Amino acid sequence: MLGLHGYEASLVSGAWVTLQVALSSLFISVVLGILTALAKLSKATPLRVIGTLYTTVIRGIPDLVLMLLIFYGGQMLVNVIAESVGYEEYIDVNPFIAGVLTIGFIFGAYMAETFRGAIMAVDQGQLEAGKAYGMTPWLIFRRILFPQMMRHALPGFGNNWLVLLKTTALVAIIGLEDMVRKAQLASGSTQEPFTFYFAVCLIFLLYTTVSILLLNWAERHFSASVSREA
Amino acid sequence: MTEVPALELEDIHKYFGAHEVLKGVSLTAEKGEVISMIGSSGSGKSTFLRCINMLEIPTSGLVKVHGELIEMKQDRSGNTIPADAKQVERIRARLSMVFQSFNLWSHMTILQNITEAPIHVLKIPKKQAIEAAEHLLQKVGIYERRDYYPGQLSGGQQQRAAIARALAVDPEVMLFDEPTSALDPELVGEVLKVMHDLAEEGRTMIIVTHEMAFARDVSNHVMFLHQGLIAEQGPPQELFTNPQTERLQQFLSTSY
Repeated sequence: MLGLHGYEASLVSGAWVTLQVALSSLFISVVLGILTALAKLSKATPLRVIGTLYTTVIRGIPDLVLMLLIFYGGQMLVNVIAESVGYEEYIDVNPFIAGVLTIGFIFGAYMAETFRGAIMAVDQGQLEAGKAYGMTPWLIFRRILFPQMMRHALPGFGNNWLVLLKTTALVAIIGLEDMVRKAQLASGSTQEPFTFYFAVCLIFLLYTTVSILLLNWAERHFSASVSREA
Repeated sequence: MTEVPALELEDIHKYFGAHEVLKGVSLTAEKGEVISMIGSSGSGKSTFLRCINMLEIPTSGLVKVHGELIEMKQDRSGNTIPADAKQVERIRARLSMVFQSFNLWSHMTILQNITEAPIHVLKIPKKQAIEAAEHLLQKVGIYERRDYYPGQLSGGQQQRAAIARALAVDPEVMLFDEPTSALDPELVGEVLKVMHDLAEEGRTMIIVTHEMAFARDVSNHVMFLHQGLIAEQGPPQELFTNPQTERLQQFLSTSY
Protein backbone atom coordinates (compact mmCIF):
# COMPACT_ATOMS: atom_id res chain seq x y z
CA MET A 1 0.00 0.00 0.00
CA LEU A 2 1.99 3.04 1.14
CA GLY A 3 5.22 1.09 0.98
CA LEU A 4 6.17 1.26 4.65
CA HIS A 5 9.11 -1.13 4.23
CA GLY A 6 7.95 -3.43 7.02
CA TYR A 7 7.53 -0.60 9.55
CA GLU A 8 3.72 -1.13 9.70
CA ALA A 9 3.78 -2.95 13.02
CA SER A 10 6.11 -0.36 14.49
CA LEU A 11 3.86 2.52 13.43
CA VAL A 12 0.75 0.76 14.74
CA SER A 13 2.38 0.21 18.12
CA GLY A 14 3.38 3.89 18.12
CA ALA A 15 -0.17 4.88 17.25
CA TRP A 16 -1.34 2.81 20.23
CA VAL A 17 1.14 4.58 22.53
CA THR A 18 -0.07 7.97 21.25
CA LEU A 19 -3.67 7.01 21.99
CA GLN A 20 -2.75 5.78 25.48
CA VAL A 21 -0.83 8.96 26.25
CA ALA A 22 -3.69 11.10 24.98
CA LEU A 23 -6.45 9.30 26.87
CA SER A 24 -4.48 9.09 30.12
CA SER A 25 -3.57 12.79 29.91
CA LEU A 26 -7.19 13.62 29.15
CA PHE A 27 -8.32 11.84 32.29
CA ILE A 28 -5.82 13.74 34.45
CA SER A 29 -6.64 17.07 32.81
CA VAL A 30 -10.40 16.61 33.33
CA VAL A 31 -10.01 15.74 37.01
CA LEU A 32 -7.56 18.62 37.55
CA GLY A 33 -9.74 20.91 35.46
CA ILE A 34 -12.92 20.28 37.45
CA LEU A 35 -11.12 20.56 40.79
CA THR A 36 -9.43 23.80 39.73
CA ALA A 37 -12.66 25.25 38.37
CA LEU A 38 -14.40 24.49 41.68
CA ALA A 39 -11.41 25.97 43.56
CA LYS A 40 -11.53 29.17 41.52
CA LEU A 41 -15.28 29.50 42.17
CA SER A 42 -14.99 28.64 45.86
CA LYS A 43 -15.51 31.08 48.72
CA ALA A 44 -12.20 30.09 50.31
CA THR A 45 -9.49 32.59 49.34
CA PRO A 46 -6.49 30.17 49.51
CA LEU A 47 -8.23 27.82 47.04
CA ARG A 48 -8.96 30.71 44.66
CA VAL A 49 -5.35 31.88 44.83
CA ILE A 50 -3.93 28.42 44.11
CA GLY A 51 -6.35 27.91 41.22
CA THR A 52 -5.59 31.29 39.69
CA LEU A 53 -1.83 30.81 40.07
CA TYR A 54 -1.99 27.42 38.36
CA THR A 55 -4.07 28.53 35.37
CA THR A 56 -2.14 31.78 34.92
CA VAL A 57 1.33 30.22 35.00
CA ILE A 58 0.55 27.14 32.92
CA ARG A 59 -1.36 28.97 30.22
CA GLY A 60 1.37 31.58 29.95
CA ILE A 61 4.23 29.21 29.05
CA PRO A 62 4.70 27.32 25.76
CA ASP A 63 3.85 23.61 26.00
CA LEU A 64 7.24 22.54 24.69
CA VAL A 65 9.13 24.58 27.28
CA LEU A 66 6.90 23.28 30.07
CA MET A 67 7.31 19.73 28.86
CA LEU A 68 11.11 19.96 28.97
CA LEU A 69 11.03 21.85 32.24
CA ILE A 70 8.77 19.37 33.99
CA PHE A 71 10.49 16.32 32.48
CA TYR A 72 14.07 17.32 33.28
CA GLY A 73 13.14 19.31 36.36
CA GLY A 74 11.01 16.43 37.61
CA GLN A 75 13.88 14.04 36.95
CA MET A 76 16.23 16.22 39.00
CA LEU A 77 13.70 16.67 41.77
CA VAL A 78 13.08 12.93 42.06
CA ASN A 79 16.80 12.26 42.29
CA VAL A 80 17.47 15.05 44.76
CA ILE A 81 14.72 13.70 46.99
CA ALA A 82 15.97 10.12 46.55
CA GLU A 83 19.51 11.18 47.45
CA SER A 84 18.36 13.09 50.52
CA VAL A 85 16.72 9.97 51.89
CA GLY A 86 19.91 8.02 51.23
CA TYR A 87 19.06 6.33 47.91
CA GLU A 88 22.28 6.18 45.85
CA GLU A 89 21.31 4.91 42.39
CA TYR A 90 20.23 7.30 39.64
CA ILE A 91 16.48 7.04 38.99
CA ASP A 92 15.19 7.28 35.43
CA VAL A 93 11.69 8.69 35.30
CA ASN A 94 9.48 6.56 33.09
CA PRO A 95 8.88 8.73 30.00
CA PHE A 96 5.28 7.49 29.61
CA ILE A 97 4.38 8.60 33.13
CA ALA A 98 6.35 11.82 32.75
CA GLY A 99 4.65 12.62 29.45
CA VAL A 100 1.17 11.85 30.71
CA LEU A 101 1.63 13.86 33.90
CA THR A 102 3.06 16.82 32.01
CA ILE A 103 0.35 16.95 29.35
CA GLY A 104 -2.36 16.29 31.92
CA PHE A 105 -0.97 19.08 34.09
CA ILE A 106 -0.82 21.55 31.17
CA PHE A 107 -4.28 20.80 29.85
CA GLY A 108 -5.77 20.75 33.33
CA ALA A 109 -5.33 24.53 33.26
CA TYR A 110 -7.19 24.89 29.97
CA MET A 111 -9.91 22.48 31.07
CA ALA A 112 -10.27 24.48 34.31
CA GLU A 113 -11.23 27.60 32.36
CA THR A 114 -13.64 25.65 30.17
CA PHE A 115 -15.32 24.06 33.19
CA ARG A 116 -15.36 27.31 35.16
CA GLY A 117 -17.30 29.01 32.39
CA ALA A 118 -19.62 26.01 32.14
CA ILE A 119 -20.31 25.95 35.88
CA MET A 120 -21.08 29.67 35.88
CA ALA A 121 -23.59 29.10 33.08
CA VAL A 122 -25.66 26.75 35.27
CA ASP A 123 -28.59 28.49 36.95
CA GLN A 124 -28.00 28.76 40.72
CA GLY A 125 -31.66 27.91 41.32
CA GLN A 126 -31.00 24.41 39.97
CA LEU A 127 -28.40 23.80 42.67
CA GLU A 128 -30.49 25.50 45.33
CA ALA A 129 -33.37 23.12 44.59
CA GLY A 130 -30.94 20.25 45.19
CA LYS A 131 -29.95 21.72 48.54
CA ALA A 132 -33.56 22.33 49.53
CA TYR A 133 -34.30 18.63 49.03
CA GLY A 134 -31.49 17.53 51.34
CA MET A 135 -28.92 16.52 48.72
CA THR A 136 -25.27 16.32 49.78
CA PRO A 137 -22.77 18.50 47.86
CA TRP A 138 -21.45 15.40 46.08
CA LEU A 139 -24.96 14.32 45.06
CA ILE A 140 -25.69 17.84 43.77
CA PHE A 141 -22.49 17.73 41.73
CA ARG A 142 -23.15 14.28 40.33
CA ARG A 143 -26.87 14.55 39.62
CA ILE A 144 -27.35 18.24 38.77
CA LEU A 145 -24.21 20.33 38.26
CA PHE A 146 -22.17 17.89 36.16
CA PRO A 147 -24.90 16.90 33.67
CA GLN A 148 -25.94 20.53 33.27
CA MET A 149 -22.45 22.00 32.97
CA MET A 150 -21.39 19.43 30.36
CA ARG A 151 -23.72 20.95 27.81
CA HIS A 152 -21.91 24.26 28.18
CA ALA A 153 -18.47 22.67 28.54
CA LEU A 154 -18.49 20.38 25.50
CA PRO A 155 -17.54 22.84 22.73
CA GLY A 156 -14.51 24.07 24.71
CA PHE A 157 -13.76 20.58 25.96
CA GLY A 158 -13.71 19.28 22.38
CA ASN A 159 -11.27 22.00 21.38
CA ASN A 160 -8.99 21.20 24.31
CA TRP A 161 -9.08 17.50 23.51
CA LEU A 162 -8.09 18.02 19.87
CA VAL A 163 -5.19 20.27 20.86
CA LEU A 164 -4.19 17.80 23.59
CA LEU A 165 -4.22 14.93 21.10
CA LYS A 166 -1.85 16.82 18.83
CA THR A 167 0.33 17.92 21.73
CA THR A 168 1.16 14.26 22.39
CA ALA A 169 3.55 14.59 19.43
CA LEU A 170 5.83 16.44 21.85
CA VAL A 171 6.42 13.32 23.95
CA ALA A 172 8.68 12.08 21.15
CA ILE A 173 11.30 14.60 22.26
CA ILE A 174 11.53 13.08 25.72
CA GLY A 175 12.10 9.70 24.16
CA LEU A 176 8.69 8.09 24.34
CA GLU A 177 8.07 5.63 21.50
CA ASP A 178 4.89 7.22 20.21
CA MET A 179 4.01 7.21 16.55
CA VAL A 180 5.87 10.45 15.81
CA ARG A 181 9.05 8.97 17.28
CA LYS A 182 8.49 5.75 15.32
CA ALA A 183 8.08 7.77 12.12
CA GLN A 184 11.29 9.66 12.92
CA LEU A 185 13.18 6.40 13.33
CA ALA A 186 11.68 4.81 10.24
CA SER A 187 12.30 7.81 8.00
CA GLY A 188 15.86 8.03 9.31
CA SER A 189 16.72 4.52 8.24
CA THR A 190 14.74 4.45 4.97
CA GLN A 191 15.40 8.06 3.86
CA GLU A 192 11.69 8.41 3.09
CA PRO A 193 10.45 11.00 5.61
CA PHE A 194 7.43 12.00 3.53
CA THR A 195 5.97 8.48 3.53
CA PHE A 196 6.14 8.07 7.28
CA TYR A 197 5.09 11.56 8.33
CA PHE A 198 2.21 11.33 5.86
CA ALA A 199 1.14 8.06 7.50
CA VAL A 200 1.28 9.81 10.89
CA CYS A 201 -0.87 12.63 9.50
CA LEU A 202 -3.48 10.12 8.39
CA ILE A 203 -3.57 8.42 11.78
CA PHE A 204 -3.95 11.78 13.56
CA LEU A 205 -6.76 12.66 11.16
CA LEU A 206 -8.43 9.35 11.88
CA TYR A 207 -8.24 10.02 15.65
CA THR A 208 -9.54 13.56 15.34
CA THR A 209 -12.38 12.59 12.99
CA VAL A 210 -13.57 9.85 15.32
CA SER A 211 -13.29 12.32 18.22
CA ILE A 212 -15.41 14.89 16.44
CA LEU A 213 -18.10 12.30 15.73
CA LEU A 214 -18.12 11.25 19.39
CA LEU A 215 -18.23 14.88 20.53
CA ASN A 216 -21.21 15.58 18.28
CA TRP A 217 -22.97 12.59 19.78
CA ALA A 218 -22.15 13.80 23.30
CA GLU A 219 -23.46 17.28 22.53
CA ARG A 220 -26.74 15.83 21.38
CA HIS A 221 -26.87 13.63 24.47
CA PHE A 222 -26.30 16.46 26.96
CA SER A 223 -28.62 18.83 25.09
CA ALA A 224 -31.54 16.40 24.89
CA SER A 225 -33.63 18.49 27.29
CA VAL A 226 -33.24 21.69 25.25
CA SER A 227 -33.29 20.29 21.72
CA ARG A 228 -35.96 21.76 19.49
CA GLU A 229 -37.27 18.61 17.85
CA ALA A 230 -37.86 16.62 21.07
CA MET B 1 -51.28 16.34 75.65
CA THR B 2 -50.02 19.03 73.34
CA GLU B 3 -48.12 18.02 70.24
CA VAL B 4 -44.70 19.40 69.39
CA PRO B 5 -45.07 22.21 66.83
CA ALA B 6 -44.07 21.27 63.28
CA LEU B 7 -41.94 24.37 63.08
CA GLU B 8 -40.62 26.95 65.52
CA LEU B 9 -38.46 29.94 64.66
CA GLU B 10 -37.37 32.23 67.46
CA ASP B 11 -36.08 35.75 67.09
CA ILE B 12 -34.47 35.35 63.67
CA HIS B 13 -32.05 38.10 62.70
CA LYS B 14 -30.37 38.22 59.30
CA TYR B 15 -27.76 40.63 58.03
CA PHE B 16 -26.65 40.97 54.42
CA GLY B 17 -23.38 42.81 55.01
CA ALA B 18 -24.26 45.78 57.20
CA HIS B 19 -27.91 45.72 56.17
CA GLU B 20 -30.26 44.07 58.66
CA VAL B 21 -32.95 42.34 56.61
CA LEU B 22 -34.63 40.52 59.50
CA LYS B 23 -34.80 42.24 62.86
CA GLY B 24 -36.13 39.50 65.09
CA VAL B 25 -38.94 37.48 63.53
CA SER B 26 -40.56 34.47 65.20
CA LEU B 27 -43.06 31.90 64.01
CA THR B 28 -44.71 28.78 65.36
CA ALA B 29 -46.56 26.42 63.04
CA GLU B 30 -48.64 23.61 64.48
CA LYS B 31 -49.12 20.47 62.43
CA GLY B 32 -51.72 21.06 59.71
CA GLU B 33 -51.53 24.82 59.96
CA VAL B 34 -51.35 27.08 56.91
CA ILE B 35 -49.45 30.32 57.52
CA SER B 36 -49.22 33.04 54.91
CA MET B 37 -46.61 35.78 54.93
CA ILE B 38 -47.45 38.98 53.15
CA GLY B 39 -45.66 42.26 52.74
CA SER B 40 -44.09 44.42 50.09
CA SER B 41 -40.90 43.34 48.36
CA GLY B 42 -37.90 43.96 50.57
CA SER B 43 -39.94 43.32 53.72
CA GLY B 44 -37.83 40.20 54.42
CA LYS B 45 -40.58 37.62 54.01
CA SER B 46 -38.74 35.49 51.42
CA THR B 47 -35.49 35.70 53.38
CA PHE B 48 -37.35 34.54 56.48
CA LEU B 49 -38.84 31.60 54.59
CA ARG B 50 -35.40 30.66 53.29
CA CYS B 51 -34.03 30.71 56.84
CA ILE B 52 -36.37 27.83 57.71
CA ASN B 53 -34.43 25.36 55.53
CA MET B 54 -31.09 27.15 55.87
CA LEU B 55 -30.89 28.34 52.27
CA GLU B 56 -30.15 31.56 54.10
CA ILE B 57 -28.21 31.14 57.31
CA PRO B 58 -29.74 33.28 60.07
CA THR B 59 -27.23 35.59 61.73
CA SER B 60 -28.87 34.71 65.03
CA GLY B 61 -32.00 33.01 66.31
CA LEU B 62 -33.28 29.46 66.70
CA VAL B 63 -34.83 27.13 64.15
CA LYS B 64 -36.58 23.98 65.37
CA VAL B 65 -38.17 21.45 63.08
CA HIS B 66 -40.54 19.15 64.93
CA GLY B 67 -38.73 19.98 68.13
CA GLU B 68 -35.26 19.31 66.73
CA LEU B 69 -33.01 22.36 67.07
CA ILE B 70 -30.65 23.07 64.18
CA GLU B 71 -27.28 23.41 65.88
CA MET B 72 -25.26 26.47 64.90
CA LYS B 73 -21.65 27.54 65.48
CA GLN B 74 -19.29 30.39 64.64
CA ASP B 75 -16.72 29.95 61.89
CA ARG B 76 -13.24 31.48 62.09
CA SER B 77 -14.34 34.82 60.64
CA GLY B 78 -17.16 35.01 63.15
CA ASN B 79 -20.04 34.10 60.82
CA THR B 80 -22.79 31.88 62.11
CA ILE B 81 -22.94 28.59 60.24
CA PRO B 82 -24.67 25.26 60.87
CA ALA B 83 -22.56 23.11 63.18
CA ASP B 84 -23.42 19.89 61.41
CA ALA B 85 -24.00 19.87 57.64
CA LYS B 86 -25.43 16.35 57.90
CA GLN B 87 -28.10 17.52 60.32
CA VAL B 88 -29.11 20.30 57.93
CA GLU B 89 -29.32 17.83 55.04
CA ARG B 90 -31.41 15.46 57.14
CA ILE B 91 -33.80 18.23 58.18
CA ARG B 92 -34.07 19.63 54.66
CA ALA B 93 -35.15 16.19 53.47
CA ARG B 94 -38.15 16.44 55.81
CA LEU B 95 -39.17 19.83 54.44
CA SER B 96 -39.83 20.72 50.86
CA MET B 97 -39.79 23.93 48.91
CA VAL B 98 -41.65 25.34 45.94
CA PHE B 99 -39.75 28.19 44.29
CA GLN B 100 -40.91 31.31 42.50
CA SER B 101 -39.07 30.32 39.32
CA PHE B 102 -39.97 26.61 39.72
CA ASN B 103 -36.31 25.43 39.65
CA LEU B 104 -37.28 22.08 38.18
CA TRP B 105 -34.10 20.29 37.11
CA SER B 106 -34.00 21.18 33.45
CA HIS B 107 -32.04 18.11 32.30
CA MET B 108 -34.51 15.65 33.79
CA THR B 109 -37.99 14.73 32.62
CA ILE B 110 -40.94 15.69 34.80
CA LEU B 111 -41.14 12.15 36.18
CA GLN B 112 -37.39 12.08 36.93
CA ASN B 113 -37.69 15.43 38.70
CA ILE B 114 -40.27 13.97 41.02
CA THR B 115 -38.48 10.68 41.74
CA GLU B 116 -35.03 12.27 42.18
CA ALA B 117 -35.15 13.12 45.89
CA PRO B 118 -37.17 10.04 46.92
CA ILE B 119 -34.69 7.71 45.18
CA HIS B 120 -31.38 9.44 45.85
CA VAL B 121 -32.00 11.19 49.17
CA LEU B 122 -34.67 9.10 50.87
CA LYS B 123 -33.43 5.82 49.28
CA ILE B 124 -36.91 4.67 48.35
CA PRO B 125 -36.87 1.74 45.86
CA LYS B 126 -37.09 3.03 42.29
CA LYS B 127 -40.25 1.14 41.35
CA GLN B 128 -42.09 2.38 44.40
CA ALA B 129 -40.90 5.98 43.80
CA ILE B 130 -42.12 5.91 40.21
CA GLU B 131 -45.54 4.59 41.24
CA ALA B 132 -45.88 7.30 43.86
CA ALA B 133 -44.72 9.96 41.39
CA GLU B 134 -47.25 8.89 38.78
CA HIS B 135 -49.97 9.07 41.38
CA LEU B 136 -48.90 12.62 42.30
CA LEU B 137 -48.76 13.68 38.66
CA GLN B 138 -52.35 12.56 38.28
CA LYS B 139 -53.25 14.51 41.38
CA VAL B 140 -51.79 17.77 40.01
CA GLY B 141 -53.21 17.01 36.57
CA ILE B 142 -50.10 16.64 34.40
CA TYR B 143 -49.74 12.86 34.22
CA GLU B 144 -49.69 12.92 30.42
CA ARG B 145 -46.67 15.26 30.53
CA ARG B 146 -44.51 12.96 32.67
CA ASP B 147 -41.94 12.26 29.94
CA TYR B 148 -41.58 15.90 28.84
CA TYR B 149 -38.74 18.15 29.90
CA PRO B 150 -39.60 21.18 32.07
CA GLY B 151 -38.76 23.57 29.24
CA GLN B 152 -41.53 22.06 27.15
CA LEU B 153 -44.26 22.89 29.69
CA SER B 154 -46.17 26.07 30.47
CA GLY B 155 -45.30 27.94 33.66
CA GLY B 156 -48.45 26.71 35.37
CA GLN B 157 -47.69 23.11 34.46
CA GLN B 158 -44.10 23.50 35.65
CA GLN B 159 -45.21 24.87 38.98
CA ARG B 160 -47.72 22.04 39.40
CA ALA B 161 -44.88 19.60 38.63
CA ALA B 162 -42.76 21.39 41.25
CA ILE B 163 -45.57 20.93 43.77
CA ALA B 164 -45.69 17.22 42.90
CA ARG B 165 -41.91 17.11 43.48
CA ALA B 166 -42.44 18.76 46.85
CA LEU B 167 -45.15 16.24 47.79
CA ALA B 168 -43.06 13.24 46.72
CA VAL B 169 -40.81 13.50 49.78
CA ASP B 170 -43.87 13.38 52.04
CA PRO B 171 -42.73 16.56 53.80
CA GLU B 172 -43.60 17.56 57.35
CA VAL B 173 -43.76 21.18 56.23
CA MET B 174 -44.09 22.64 52.73
CA LEU B 175 -42.48 26.00 52.03
CA PHE B 176 -43.82 28.12 49.16
CA ASP B 177 -41.75 31.08 48.01
CA GLU B 178 -44.06 33.30 45.93
CA PRO B 179 -45.24 30.29 43.90
CA THR B 180 -47.41 32.27 41.49
CA SER B 181 -45.36 35.45 41.04
CA ALA B 182 -43.59 34.27 37.88
CA LEU B 183 -46.78 33.04 36.20
CA ASP B 184 -48.92 34.64 33.53
CA PRO B 185 -52.14 35.83 35.16
CA GLU B 186 -54.29 33.22 33.41
CA LEU B 187 -52.11 30.40 34.82
CA VAL B 188 -52.21 31.52 38.46
CA GLY B 189 -55.57 29.89 39.13
CA GLU B 190 -54.51 26.32 38.31
CA VAL B 191 -51.59 26.50 40.77
CA LEU B 192 -53.66 28.10 43.53
CA LYS B 193 -56.27 25.39 43.12
CA VAL B 194 -53.70 22.65 43.73
CA MET B 195 -52.41 24.51 46.79
CA HIS B 196 -55.95 24.99 48.02
CA ASP B 197 -56.51 21.22 47.87
CA LEU B 198 -53.31 20.63 49.83
CA ALA B 199 -54.44 23.02 52.55
CA GLU B 200 -57.75 21.16 52.80
CA GLU B 201 -55.90 17.85 53.15
CA GLY B 202 -54.26 19.21 56.29
CA ARG B 203 -50.75 19.80 54.95
CA THR B 204 -48.58 22.11 57.03
CA MET B 205 -47.72 24.99 54.72
CA ILE B 206 -45.79 28.24 55.01
CA ILE B 207 -46.59 30.48 52.05
CA VAL B 208 -45.01 33.72 50.95
CA THR B 209 -47.49 35.26 48.57
CA HIS B 210 -48.87 38.36 46.91
CA GLU B 211 -52.25 36.68 46.33
CA MET B 212 -54.31 38.34 49.05
CA ALA B 213 -57.60 36.62 48.26
CA PHE B 214 -55.86 33.27 48.35
CA ALA B 215 -54.08 34.05 51.64
CA ARG B 216 -57.42 35.04 53.15
CA ASP B 217 -59.16 31.86 51.97
CA VAL B 218 -56.63 29.18 52.89
CA SER B 219 -54.62 30.46 55.86
CA ASN B 220 -55.15 29.87 59.56
CA HIS B 221 -52.74 32.63 60.32
CA VAL B 222 -51.36 35.59 58.39
CA MET B 223 -48.15 37.49 59.10
CA PHE B 224 -47.59 40.94 57.68
CA LEU B 225 -43.89 41.78 57.47
CA HIS B 226 -42.58 45.28 57.11
CA GLN B 227 -38.90 46.25 57.05
CA GLY B 228 -37.73 43.04 58.67
CA LEU B 229 -40.32 42.94 61.46
CA ILE B 230 -43.77 41.48 61.93
CA ALA B 231 -45.88 44.62 61.77
CA GLU B 232 -49.12 42.76 62.36
CA GLN B 233 -50.36 39.17 62.51
CA GLY B 234 -53.47 37.21 63.28
CA PRO B 235 -56.32 35.20 61.77
CA PRO B 236 -57.03 36.26 58.17
CA GLN B 237 -60.59 37.42 58.87
CA GLU B 238 -59.34 40.01 61.35
CA LEU B 239 -56.24 41.02 59.48
CA PHE B 240 -57.90 41.61 56.15
CA THR B 241 -61.19 43.09 57.34
CA ASN B 242 -59.93 45.13 60.24
CA PRO B 243 -56.22 45.97 59.88
CA GLN B 244 -54.91 47.70 62.99
CA THR B 245 -51.75 49.33 61.73
CA GLU B 246 -51.55 52.09 59.21
CA ARG B 247 -48.84 50.12 57.38
CA LEU B 248 -51.15 47.19 56.75
CA GLN B 249 -54.06 49.43 55.81
CA GLN B 250 -51.84 51.13 53.27
CA PHE B 251 -50.46 47.80 51.99
CA LEU B 252 -53.89 46.25 51.58
CA SER B 253 -55.32 49.28 49.82
CA THR B 254 -52.58 49.06 47.16
CA SER B 255 -52.58 45.26 46.91
CA TYR B 256 -56.23 44.68 46.08
